[in-house]
Amino acid sequence: MNLAATGMAAVVAIGLVTALLAAVVPARSAVVGVGTAVTGAAAVVAGAAALAGGSFSVVLPEVLPLSGVALTLDPLGGLFVAVTGGVAVAAGIYAMSYVDSLDLRTRGVQVALPLFVVAMALVPAAANVSTLLVCWELMALASLVLVVAEHRRGPRVASAGRWYAVMTHLGFVSVLIGLMVFVAHAPDDSFAALREAGGRLSPAVAGVVFVATLAGFTSKAGIVPLHAWLPRAHPEAPSHVSALMSAAMVNLGVYGVVRVGVDLLGGGTAWWWLLVLALGAVSAVYGILQAAMSSDLKRLLGQSTTENMGLVLVGIGAAGLFASSGEHTLAALALTAALLHVVGHAAFKTLLFLAAGSVLHATGSRDLDALGGLRPVMPVTTAAFGLGALAASALPPGTAFVSEWLLLQALIHGLPAGGVAAAIAMPVAVAAVALTAGLAVATFVKAFGVGFLAKPRSGAAADAHESPFTMLAGMGVAAVVCVVLALWPAGVLPAVQAAAGGAAVSGDVTLRLSQATGALSPLLLTLGLLAAVVVVAGVVRAAVARRARREARLWDCGGGPMSARMEYTATSFAEPLQRVFDDVVQPELDVDVSHHQESRYLVQAVEYRRKVPDRIERRLYEPVLNAITAWGGAGRRLASGSVHRYLGYGFYVVCGALILLAVTR
Amino acid sequence: MSALGVVGGVVQPVLIVAGSPLLVGLMRQVRARLEGRAGAGVAQPWRDLRKLLRKERITPRGTSEVFRFAPLVLVATTLVVAVVVPFVATESAVDPVADLFAVVALLALGAVALALAGLDTGTAFGGMGASREMTILALVEPTLLVAIFALSVRVGSTNLGAIVSSTLHDPARVISPVSLLAAVALIVVIVAETGRIPVDNPSTHLELTMVHEAMVLEYAGPDLALVELASAMRLSVFLGLLANLFAPWGIATEATPLAVLIGVLALVVKVGVLGGLLAAGEVFVAKLRLFRVPELLAGSSLLALLAVAASFFLA
Repeated sequence: MNLAATGMAAVVAIGLVTALLAAVVPARSAVVGVGTAVTGAAAVVAGAAALAGGSFSVVLPEVLPLSGVALTLDPLGGLFVAVTGGVAVAAGIYAMSYVDSLDLRTRGVQVALPLFVVAMALVPAAANVSTLLVCWELMALASLVLVVAEHRRGPRVASAGRWYAVMTHLGFVSVLIGLMVFVAHAPDDSFAALREAGGRLSPAVAGVVFVATLAGFTSKAGIVPLHAWLPRAHPEAPSHVSALMSAAMVNLGVYGVVRVGVDLLGGGTAWWWLLVLALGAVSAVYGILQAAMSSDLKRLLGQSTTENMGLVLVGIGAAGLFASSGEHTLAALALTAALLHVVGHAAFKTLLFLAAGSVLHATGSRDLDALGGLRPVMPVTTAAFGLGALAASALPPGTAFVSEWLLLQALIHGLPAGGVAAAIAMPVAVAAVALTAGLAVATFVKAFGVGFLAKPRSGAAADAHESPFTMLAGMGVAAVVCVVLALWPAGVLPAVQAAAGGAAVSGDVTLRLSQATGALSPLLLTLGLLAAVVVVAGVVRAAVARRARREARLWDCGGGPMSARMEYTATSFAEPLQRVFDDVVQPELDVDVSHHQESRYLVQAVEYRRKVPDRIERRLYEPVLNAITAWGGAGRRLASGSVHRYLGYGFYVVCGALILLAVTR
Repeated sequence: MSALGVVGGVVQPVLIVAGSPLLVGLMRQVRARLEGRAGAGVAQPWRDLRKLLRKERITPRGTSEVFRFAPLVLVATTLVVAVVVPFVATESAVDPVADLFAVVALLALGAVALALAGLDTGTAFGGMGASREMTILALVEPTLLVAIFALSVRVGSTNLGAIVSSTLHDPARVISPVSLLAAVALIVVIVAETGRIPVDNPSTHLELTMVHEAMVLEYAGPDLALVELASAMRLSVFLGLLANLFAPWGIATEATPLAVLIGVLALVVKVGVLGGLLAAGEVFVAKLRLFRVPELLAGSSLLALLAVAASFFLA
């Protein structure tokens, strides 16, 4: 038994023991927190061992009927197991005191957390279709229990749970259909058999398999147009669960696309990947646009997950496109960029959700328009969120900057390689990535600047207090990973390239592209920046008169001290962007002006309401939901409650069937 | 790290820091003369900076470190760009940072620091400026990156040294449709990024039109001096980039004193001419309404996309 096998065994054993203990031990939260963190650590070890080359394979035919459980861990799966484990470590440590403070100690919720982590770690290790589907469903059910954990807080949680339950199962059905069609053309349902059969499928069958699984897997990753559940379910879940869902679970959708499309089906044709690229680009822009308009801190983070998964799909689509035209080094570069973005996104999204949870814990609010002024009272949380925001907004020295740089390099060098399709797709993809990067900067400036800086906009924000130590420690773990990824991406690049199946980037301090000329050194850049700050500060200190800084009143135009109501809010910050993208987001504005009774010229009150509905949801989901409701209404008229009528239905159906048989036979 | 790179890395930041206030002075002087005023002289910005540096440091009550560090970060990002970009010499002191994407992202980082400082003050002006600046930044980004794409296709690299050297060796490329389209797109971007007319008016203090000035309204004394110096440096850096991407002639390719001297003079002349042209253009244009700016930027990103298409289909 090698290290990877031991690690996976430990994941399952510790996870199940933790779940059992959670059901019986009175002091549940500490046990579950520690147990989840240890489970995560075991998953990190197993994943790292698999990435280092120690893959393993095990078949347990007795556990499941028909084909049994088959597990194997190759580098691709290992990367996702390690990422899931890393998120679980931070979330587990964080959960210890978070759960107590928000009264989430109910038994069901506590049992579901370790089971959720185990299921997520097993999905990338599944080696046949049955195992994959069982673990996938276990993951969906455990996360559903966790999403509705705070159902007492209001009807929104229940609604989010319903959306999630329906959409995750529709996605499951779609994956199921795709894989069943695939298995029908292979001797058995093991991945090895599918891999062998994948090359021999006719293009039509392969296309059906790919599109069906793509729909299912992208719905899990929150890709447009199947994203509607994500900004509902992720914010309503407790924050450590939001982190697990947004940073670890969505990745498994990406894993599914890579596993089925690249590995099992063997690459396929160019149009598959153009479809993936287009879906990714649309999701990236649409997700960040929604986030830029949002004034709910956790919803904003959820929408940013759609954006980041979109960027990952852009990379995967480009990789598939290059591979189908024979450019294997470029394909490896694009896939490396995509997978590095998965790792980076997991780190900063964990950090951001945990920091948002810390804000929620301290103020009871996630509404940016009611926050602000948290810097003096919650310095550590503010620093953590600031670091996460920097990492998320593709600015140096940040985590996403490195992966997006690699992604842009892949797209740019793909222009001469891919023919006319690439010549049209690549510039548009670059423009989409750039617009996404720009909007992400605006979004995270809004989230950090309005949410944490300036003056508190509500009493709750003014009375906030710093979170307990374990919550800060959970954030600290994620923050350290963020910093390491930002400064020394070469530390994880070998692992990511092992998973991507090709080495396209080399170097230690400086990343160099192996096919094209291109180099970037995040570490030197950061050191240069720090040195410049020190030099400038030194010069200014030497040049300026040696008097202490003096505090002074803000310039208030002579109108007395400024109140928090005069500050810009998140809504007003986003207003210019909302106007610019008016045609895309179509906000609903409502202005009520009431006048004085004496004169129409005197305004008594102005009421302004703005809502930015999800337009895709409105156009795509509402007609379907309305049709189902109408169908139900029509059905109700048939069911009048009269037994005679129901017997009559039965009689007519039998008659009809007999006539049909008589005519056709 | 070559000798030429080190020379460039030392000469360039000194030149940019010393010269950029003079560039702003020159541009103000050109405007003044065209408008029939005498003008304050080219050295006036330096006199202003000296005055501001002697004043007391004042921090508005209720602001955090973000407000205090933003001017430092703003100057530092521009300084790093001044060190690494090939302005005077073709080789860079820190080659792995002299990447067009990295340079653009560094300049954006400075803008973000200032926007956060604007929000940190908690005044309506600060928030308004930050919001507008970030909107413009978000819309500029696609044009900028696609224009970079168009420029890098022919070289096969986004490394600035590589792009500049390749233009030096093949001057005919400058008048290709790709270069011309990309140049026009980049000029619009630079006008937007440096807050010049018609996107923003650097000399306005009218709340309806302010963008950059609204963010920095609370700064005073030495902090304000840093912000002013940084915005002058950003202007010079952007104009220098434009000059050397499309007309790199005169840039030093070897580390002899004469070559470096010619490189310095060439940069001063090119940036001075571009600045003069920009100032002269500003006399004849009115500032656009804020919500007309996206149309301008959409037009420029279309040009950039055309440039990429041209680089593929006309190659």
